Amino acid sequence: MEFISYLVSGISLGSIYALIALGYTMVYGIAKMLNFAHGDVIMVGAYIIFICSTTLGVPAVVSVLAAILVCTVAGVVIERVAYKPLRNASSLAVLITAIGVSYLLQNAALLIFGSDTKSFSSVISIPPLSLFDGQLHISGETIATIVVSVVLMIALTLFINKTKPGRAMRAVSEDRGAAQLMGINVNATITLTFAIGSALAAVAGALLCSAYPSLSPTTGAMPGIKAFTAAVFGGIGSIPGAMLGGVLLGVIENLSKGYISTQLSDAIVFAVLILVLLIKPTGLLGKKIREKV
Amino acid sequence: MATQKRTLKASTKNDLITYAMLAVMFVVVQILTAAGSISNLFEGLLVPLCTYSIMAVSLNLVVGILGDLSLGHAGFMCVGAYVSAFFSVTFEVVIQPDWFRFLLALILGGICAGLAGLLIGIPVLRLKGDYLAIVTLAFGEIIKNVVNILYVGVDENGLHISMQNTGALNLSENGRVIMKGALGITGTPRDSTFLIGFIMLLITVFVSLNLIHSRTGRAVMSIRDNRIAAESIGINVTKYKLIVFSLSAFFAGIAGVLYAHNLTSLTATTKNFGYNMSITILVFVVLGGIGSTRGSIIAAIILTALPEVLRGMDNYRMLIYSILLIVMMLANNNEKINVFKEKISIMNWLQNKSSGNKLDKEAHS
Amino acid sequence: MALLEVTNLGIQFGGLRAVDNFSMSIEAGELYGLIGPNGAGKTTIFNMLTGVYKPTEGKIFLDGKSIAGKKQIEINRLGIARTFQNIRLFRQMSVLDNVKVGLHNQIKYSTFSGVLKLPSYFKKEREMDARAMELLSVFGLQDDAQLLAANLPYGKQRKLEIARALATQPKLLLLDEPAAGMNPNETAELMETIRFVREQFHMTILLIEHDMHLVAGICEKLTVLNFGKVLASGETAEVLKNPEVITAYLGE
Repeated sequence: MEFISYLVSGISLGSIYALIALGYTMVYGIAKMLNFAHGDVIMVGAYIIFICSTTLGVPAVVSVLAAILVCTVAGVVIERVAYKPLRNASSLAVLITAIGVSYLLQNAALLIFGSDTKSFSSVISIPPLSLFDGQLHISGETIATIVVSVVLMIALTLFINKTKPGRAMRAVSEDRGAAQLMGINVNATITLTFAIGSALAAVAGALLCSAYPSLSPTTGAMPGIKAFTAAVFGGIGSIPGAMLGGVLLGVIENLSKGYISTQLSDAIVFAVLILVLLIKPTGLLGKKIREKV
Repeated sequence: MATQKRTLKASTKNDLITYAMLAVMFVVVQILTAAGSISNLFEGLLVPLCTYSIMAVSLNLVVGILGDLSLGHAGFMCVGAYVSAFFSVTFEVVIQPDWFRFLLALILGGICAGLAGLLIGIPVLRLKGDYLAIVTLAFGEIIKNVVNILYVGVDENGLHISMQNTGALNLSENGRVIMKGALGITGTPRDSTFLIGFIMLLITVFVSLNLIHSRTGRAVMSIRDNRIAAESIGINVTKYKLIVFSLSAFFAGIAGVLYAHNLTSLTATTKNFGYNMSITILVFVVLGGIGSTRGSIIAAIILTALPEVLRGMDNYRMLIYSILLIVMMLANNNEKINVFKEKISIMNWLQNKSSGNKLDKEAHS
Repeated sequence: MALLEVTNLGIQFGGLRAVDNFSMSIEAGELYGLIGPNGAGKTTIFNMLTGVYKPTEGKIFLDGKSIAGKKQIEINRLGIARTFQNIRLFRQMSVLDNVKVGLHNQIKYSTFSGVLKLPSYFKKEREMDARAMELLSVFGLQDDAQLLAANLPYGKQRKLEIARALATQPKLLLLDEPAAGMNPNETAELMETIRFVREQFHMTILLIEHDMHLVAGICEKLTVLNFGKVLASGETAEVLKNPEVITAYLGE
């Protein structure tokens, strides 16, 4: 029973990683860059919800929508200001810039909200589920997280595969030059990718802080890095890969917290990343890319 | 033949400027100390200035000369710091005089960090770009995490290691617990002095500059500029990447030894050995001009001293760093600004031209 | 025995058979051309000869030694050097240093003596400088030695790449479209340089080229490749008269 409980909460945590990982993997696939600041967008979203619900007293649904709006705008602005001028620069330059953006967001939040940890009140009001004569408790947050993540992932998959902008995204990810020649607006497609990724990050922020109710300027950093790990695990650039990688990583993390050591769980997650990269650098569902000579 | 003589001269001259700058700094500190006009605050900064300069110069070897991004540099500093602090606390009474023990601590810390660099480098240096960056970050975090749960004690039977608590060490009555998990190591002798720190910095700079101008350095830079072409002319990519990576880790270890012996209690937190520190060091390297040894030192000194001097600014420090980082990258990759920069000669002085690698625009080719 | 003996070489990329059943034999001292339409697999063959790709099947012998499937650095040490279709220079290094990297395995001293600047460092560096300048002057680049490679004009970049390849003292030099992007004057000059290199260094050269004028002008033998297969091979004049070649390569 204990195992099932770890497993369920692992799947829930993993679904949050998966939502964040989707943002990484889409941006990596389409803009060919590691958006190091993606994790911090989660933190921005969580603060917006915190202000709306706690300070302004707005209903939870409205504050989540506000967070989605703000994060989407933030994602687009970051892309336009910091990343777009570096489209043709070396990957080292882009990565350093992204690190700069990440630090900018964290430290701006530090100045605005202070370094103290805020206690985040859950945006979810679903009663917990009790199974097997009360032997297994599943919290409302866990249920909501899994349901919301599944719905969003299905919606995203449909969007990517069935709509015109989705096709454009796939085309740009395959071959940017050719997509441009076919009349696809590459810049608009990249902007759209950042917008979707950031909106998902806002939802992830709401779910993450509802399940783990403490909020500080560095709240997004660790989940961000872990979600990137998940994206790499699943095969960067692959959308089903990000989902699979996220869930697996969440389960691995929770099981190692439960059965090995709480303090070592981060180290174990990173060890998984290293092993994956060394054994199968393209991840579980990634494609092999051959360098052209 | 005439041109050829000029080359040697140009690079030598550039190195001489760096050494001269270091000499001037040393003399100024000595004069100020002798005149007693040095404040307590500034005196306390002298060892950290050397520590972070060494970190920046050594990271510059990886980022600027090898062209790979490492986000785990603080992890190697952590290895050097813990190994040497452990050594010094254990043998504080046994090995005398102090300076000799500290010398051994420096060598030991450096070598262990270098070995860690080698061990990590063997598997990860096959990876490129973003992947390498994230894996080095992961390794740095693992080192920090593991150090935080490690309990180590010594008694007459030797070393006892546990990952749970002090009790699990099973020490005999005379045993001493030296490493206490998250509480770290306390009671490290404060052996670090400005003189020793400066000498270490000098050695780091000497080795880096000579390496850059040698056959090895050229091989390394050729890998940075074009790996496939380098292989096509018979350069062993893995070998040279490993040499640079472990050498850089070695010096980070030395910096860690200086760091550990400048404090009485050593703990591993996100701020000192986490990726925050790795990124701070990266900021020094980037702002100093990637590839420029002199620039790395100047940036490390200014950015370490400035926030301490302007106390109230502390909250804004990281904010300003982050903005500087973004602006530098955008400016470096902007045609108009690059043209403008060529015209300003002061920039040429600041940026070590012969080895300077302004992140070039060609992403691949 | 031929210097380079290739038999039944083939490579498969997923479902694509990029090169199939490719054979070729080059005698020492020959200037040999490999031609064919775009996508025929010419550069892929170069990549297999130099170890960038591992061939799926077939044999490659250089001077009697099997080199198929070996790594790039081993093949270079055994005596094949190349240039690239899309120039690959060490752009942030000086012109002189580009050639000195080429001398890496010719003139050696340890990392240790380099870092400590021991006497061997100075001696070997002087030797390297002299040798590199000698090579640069063959290509008229001696006055550009201190420039960054990235700042060289296009034509000179191509020459520097050849100089760098020659610095490794190869037995066989592979040139991948050396005249690409050059105007007729530059091409003519390049032909002279290639001829000169061959005489001066007694070099065996295999070149890939689109420029028929250049191929007809300097190559003694040709192999024509089409869809990854050999269409014809032999003496240049004979091959160029072959009706199949004319159809496939030059069009009707």
